[in-house]
Amino acid sequence: MNKKILLLAATVISGILAGCASKEAAKEAPVESRSTTTTSTTTPSATGGSTTPITPATNVAVNPLKDPNNILSKRIIYFEYDQDSVNGEYQTIVQAHAKYLSENRGRKIRLEGHADERGSREYNMALGQRRGDAIRKASNLLGVANDRMETVSFGEDKPRATGSDEAAWSQNRRVEIVYDGE
Amino acid sequence: MMKIKTCLPNALLSGYFRASLSAFMSASFVLFQTINLAHAQLTVDVTTSAGRQIPIAIVEFRGEANSPQNLTPIITNNLARSGLFRMVPAIVNPLPASPSDVIFADWSSRMTEALLIGDITKLPDGRFEISYRLFDVAKQTQLASGQIVAGVTQFRATAHRISDEIYEKLTGERGVFATKVAYVLKRGQRFELQVADADGFNPQTVLASQEPIGSPKFSPDGTKLAYVTFESRKSNVVVQDLVMGSRKVVANFRGDNYAPSWSPDGRELTIALSRDAVSQIYIISADGGEPRRITASSSIDSGAAFTPDGKTIIFFSDRSGGPQLYSVPVVGGNVKRLTFEGSYNTSPRISPDGKLVAFVSREAGKLRIATLELATGIINVLTDGPRDDSPSFSPNGRTILFESKAGGRGSLGAVSVDGRIKQKLTSQNGDVREPAWGPYVRLTAN
Repeated sequence: MNKKILLLAATVISGILAGCASKEAAKEAPVESRSTTTTSTTTPSATGGSTTPITPATNVAVNPLKDPNNILSKRIIYFEYDQDSVNGEYQTIVQAHAKYLSENRGRKIRLEGHADERGSREYNMALGQRRGDAIRKASNLLGVANDRMETVSFGEDKPRATGSDEAAWSQNRRVEIVYDGE
Repeated sequence: MMKIKTCLPNALLSGYFRASLSAFMSASFVLFQTINLAHAQLTVDVTTSAGRQIPIAIVEFRGEANSPQNLTPIITNNLARSGLFRMVPAIVNPLPASPSDVIFADWSSRMTEALLIGDITKLPDGRFEISYRLFDVAKQTQLASGQIVAGVTQFRATAHRISDEIYEKLTGERGVFATKVAYVLKRGQRFELQVADADGFNPQTVLASQEPIGSPKFSPDGTKLAYVTFESRKSNVVVQDLVMGSRKVVANFRGDNYAPSWSPDGRELTIALSRDAVSQIYIISADGGEPRRITASSSIDSGAAFTPDGKTIIFFSDRSGGPQLYSVPVVGGNVKRLTFEGSYNTSPRISPDGKLVAFVSREAGKLRIATLELATGIINVLTDGPRDDSPSFSPNGRTILFESKAGGRGSLGAVSVDGRIKQKLTSQNGDVREPAWGPYVRLTAN
């Protein structure tokens, strides 16, 4: 009984999100409406004596937030140098999360802002915070109450990429969306 | 570039060896083998030294060869590291130890201006009596003298005290050899907040964490450190008592809690909080509690510091576009803009006499340390970058300690406020960043 409800819910959610993705002229890598099966099940061969019990995919609760086929698993929004505006391609991600939050009112998020190393430490803390805040404001406009979002900054102290070139810097100018419990 | 190791083996302290000290000072590179188990965490190199240097001869103290710890090499290293002294080799035979031994002609003929002699005598209780005298060679007069009783574990501190006295007598300025520095050491994914002697010795780890630590600031009396820690996966401001070892989270409000700076009376901190909106400046008791808001803008206001009279706060804000320096009275009032050159000026730190503000300026992508003279508005850029940050004044206001990243490796730098003397401080153990210079140390009973 439970399995069926979960499968139904997963399908419904993926349908809604797929709808979201197709609404925008997204330059973002397309998230197709697909089955939300994440676990790969090896279909046991019909031949062979011993019957290994099949673990159906639907037995595993599919978390859309972690599903690589789901836009909700995309948690990082990148920024231009010294900027805190959300570029078009990342707006779809923000919208997807705002939608999820409006449908899951018990969930909260942290917006973790970062900057690349090219500024002073203290201003980079503020820049990271500004970026997180930009996501917060956009989400707020999409209906997410402020008390469900906390913006924190790490400045330049937690880079994703080490190195002193644009390839590294562009990886570090970002906001990461982190859900409660993660 | 000359490298001065801060440990010299006892056995090699002959007069001839001292002669070579002068030779390597000017050009070559000599590595000393250390038999002392303690070693410096930070190695200090003087990289630039322009201007007049006072020639001083430091004679190995009588009895030093037989004492368990060295004194005169530490004094020599301190004075040489300041960039204001030139060491004159102490090659006379016999070496003078008491005033009656001194033949001034021996020293004036070597263009020496000052002479230090001394004596170390072991006492019955196992401690040592250290006596010293500083002479003005030209005037043939005594400038300073002292007698200190010290246990072996106090020899370094004693050498620093004597160095401070020599420095003060000869430059007219108070010495900082007996002070401490704090900094953050990053090794791989591990962060350590360390406090060491100003010469890099005796580092003590006061906090270790897998999450970043930053912005250490000594309280005015030097007994506490305020700093930012990300242990709880976001920034918090903590005050740690260095004597008692206890810590207290002073600010853990919603959003960011960072940029702590002490009030001159040590009772309060100014901090930057983003709890109400974007980063704004607040003042909070050093014991924690409810902060009071000082700035009220919709832009980023952060990185504040108190002036020495405690009445004004200087901070940076991007209310006019790029970040610039501003001041505001602590009790509230008009915000006054202080910098008008350049498009990116942050992180103000105020000199002990309140006249100069050190800050971080970014120009053409390079971060450099600069000073602003408050009375005149004159700005001097003191360093070259490309990534110089986190300035901190020495308690005598002469030197600015800062962090410097080059080729991905973090080290510290020091520059005199007149730009003439530059030093580089490196660690073999990892990246060093975010330094803080401690206050003058109150002498404990000897």
